[in-house]
Amino acid sequence: MAANDSAITKKGRAIRKDRMIRKPDSTSRHDTAIRDSLSKLDIDFHFCMHTIPIGCNKTIQMPELQLCGLVKRYGAVQVLHRIDLHMEPNEFTVLVGPSGCGKSTTLRMIAGLETVSEGEIYIDSRPVSHLEPKDRDLAMVFQDYALYPHMNVANNMSFALRLKREPKPKIDARVREVAAMLGLSDYLHRKPGELSGGQRQRVAMGRALTRDASTFLFDEPLSNLDAKLRGQMRAELALMRQRVQKNMIYVTHDQVEAMTLADRIVVMHEGHIHQQGTPVDLYERPVNRFVAGFLGTPPMNFLDVELEETDGKIFATDGHIRVEIVGELSVRARKRPSRNAVLGIRPSDLSYRPEMVPGRTIDLKVLVSEYVGTRSVLICECGQARFTVEVKSETPIALGETVRFAVNNEFVHLFDQSTALAI
Amino acid sequence: MAVRISVKRFQLSISTSYQFLAPAAIIMAIALFFPLLYMVYGSFRAWDPSQTLSESEFIGFGNYTKLWFDATFWESVSVTLRFAISVVFFEMIIGVGLALMLDRNMRGMSFLRTLFILPMMIAPVVVGLMWRFVYHPTDGTFNRWLSTFGLDGVDWLGRHALLSVIVADIWQWTPFIFILALAALQSLPRSALEAARIDGASSWQLIVYIKLPLMMPVLIVTMLLRLIDAFKVLEVILVMTEGGPGLATEILALRISRTAQEFRELGEAAAMSNYLLLLLLFLTLGMLAFTRWQEARAEREGRRAEKEG
Repeated sequence: MAANDSAITKKGRAIRKDRMIRKPDSTSRHDTAIRDSLSKLDIDFHFCMHTIPIGCNKTIQMPELQLCGLVKRYGAVQVLHRIDLHMEPNEFTVLVGPSGCGKSTTLRMIAGLETVSEGEIYIDSRPVSHLEPKDRDLAMVFQDYALYPHMNVANNMSFALRLKREPKPKIDARVREVAAMLGLSDYLHRKPGELSGGQRQRVAMGRALTRDASTFLFDEPLSNLDAKLRGQMRAELALMRQRVQKNMIYVTHDQVEAMTLADRIVVMHEGHIHQQGTPVDLYERPVNRFVAGFLGTPPMNFLDVELEETDGKIFATDGHIRVEIVGELSVRARKRPSRNAVLGIRPSDLSYRPEMVPGRTIDLKVLVSEYVGTRSVLICECGQARFTVEVKSETPIALGETVRFAVNNEFVHLFDQSTALAI
Repeated sequence: MAVRISVKRFQLSISTSYQFLAPAAIIMAIALFFPLLYMVYGSFRAWDPSQTLSESEFIGFGNYTKLWFDATFWESVSVTLRFAISVVFFEMIIGVGLALMLDRNMRGMSFLRTLFILPMMIAPVVVGLMWRFVYHPTDGTFNRWLSTFGLDGVDWLGRHALLSVIVADIWQWTPFIFILALAALQSLPRSALEAARIDGASSWQLIVYIKLPLMMPVLIVTMLLRLIDAFKVLEVILVMTEGGPGLATEILALRISRTAQEFRELGEAAAMSNYLLLLLLFLTLGMLAFTRWQEARAEREGRRAEKEG
């Protein structure tokens, strides 16, 4: 039994280590990982193999971006409540949250498309909120691509440079360089109307890349694409990220995009920043119930529980289940005056262990099994509540059956019932 | 079996669409093609209003040749062309310019827009009377205004009759171009304009490189409509100058109506109408052909560049 236990924990740790490797500077591994995912997606890989890295002169320090007490009001309605955010140079920051959380408004305020009601935006310690968009040295990729319909791809991409009256040979060279990188070379003389959604997306990206802006803004750039294309473009974005060392701010409601692309995730909800940090930070140490439930698919299970102490051990129990709280969490839980809490368990932190005796397990009645390939998502009943569990598809489970699952105790979360803050 | 049914359905749907088209087609035939043919037929005859058409004498191309060698007819054609081209030119510039300036969310903007399109809603005869008053040599608004500055009055409807008529028409019809241009502006893709602002376009560059090119299809149709209309304008000029002084403002439509009513030459009036029709036809087709040719040329260039690249 004990041997089994340690195996689970080891596996759990291994998974998390893997997550931690995801840092932009560990290029080789990252590259391989993306290349693998690309080949799985059956993508023409030619453009990534022999391209000139552009704008990635790492010695040039990109400016820092800072938001100080940013407030946005529309009439009497306040949609942003004092947003403070400091982005490191060259950081890929993802603003993520459900729709209406103010993430797009924040981005548009940085871009200069929305006025700032209160507070200030600094680029390299220079206040910019009074400047026109064109004076802020930004490039932006829009959700609906926002291509100029009457210009061909080359002219779309070179528009900013032509406005700056750069010499024509230089513009042409630049456009060709970027087009080669994005696999657009054959389409330079087509109008946007003659391109597919994915190609338009790339043109929009290319237009932003062609001008050497210091900061790139992305406003949900992938949400108009179908699921397969979205996965493909996500991988391409990650690749582009390695070549282009610039400040990037990316807005999305898709937590998968946030987790896979970000150096820093900023989770927003109802005009407030709930938490910011690396994807690993946010996934493993969410500060509140909202962040915990927002990141990760399938989402975390929550259950109202009571904490009780038996033989010096802390247990979370609600009558149907009884989960031991271990490690530092048990220390913090013990200090709390209140006995009520919310238990959070990720579906992947439960595993099928019919042979285990009760203690670190919970018994759940399986209602529905959603087959999604190698993994299946089980929707189970736990008293009044629903519980999702992620298992390998070959696990022999019959619907209606009550099954015993082992809980990966080290990774359970506890939240305060009234404040929803993590314990 | 299934195939046959679907074919039958298809035929049914085609015949149904013709049935639905029929009423409109019949009305068109009665109201448009019949008078047109009648006019073409009448233009080959020496036709007095007291005669029925069949009583009149067939004179072949007599009416047409007579007009061809009539210097006063060519004077009318020239007045018409000068009038139409200048009013459309200025109306386009002022109308589109106003639309570009007023395309923003401001308090009271909808009121202003309504105010702007008022002239278009006034009956042409009233417009003519109003301008006749404004241009009156001694009591007219303009000349009284000039005299308060100690300036001499201008002989508006005398020596500068054509200019005065053009100004009145611009006043009346600029709103038409304004509302269509404004509608075109407001249907432009918002995000493309935002993208251009981020790309570094000043508001002037935004207009020249993004807004105007995207409005172009609407503007071309608007211009065609106005051009056709300007060739046929009658009432305002009739009320203001009756074509005078001399032939200074006698545009074709006015000449046609006078030939038919005062000179009782229905055949000649019909022939003149046909000349006007041909002129409009050539202008319209010419303009459409020009835009087609430009598009085709742009496409050809794109293809060639693609081949070379």
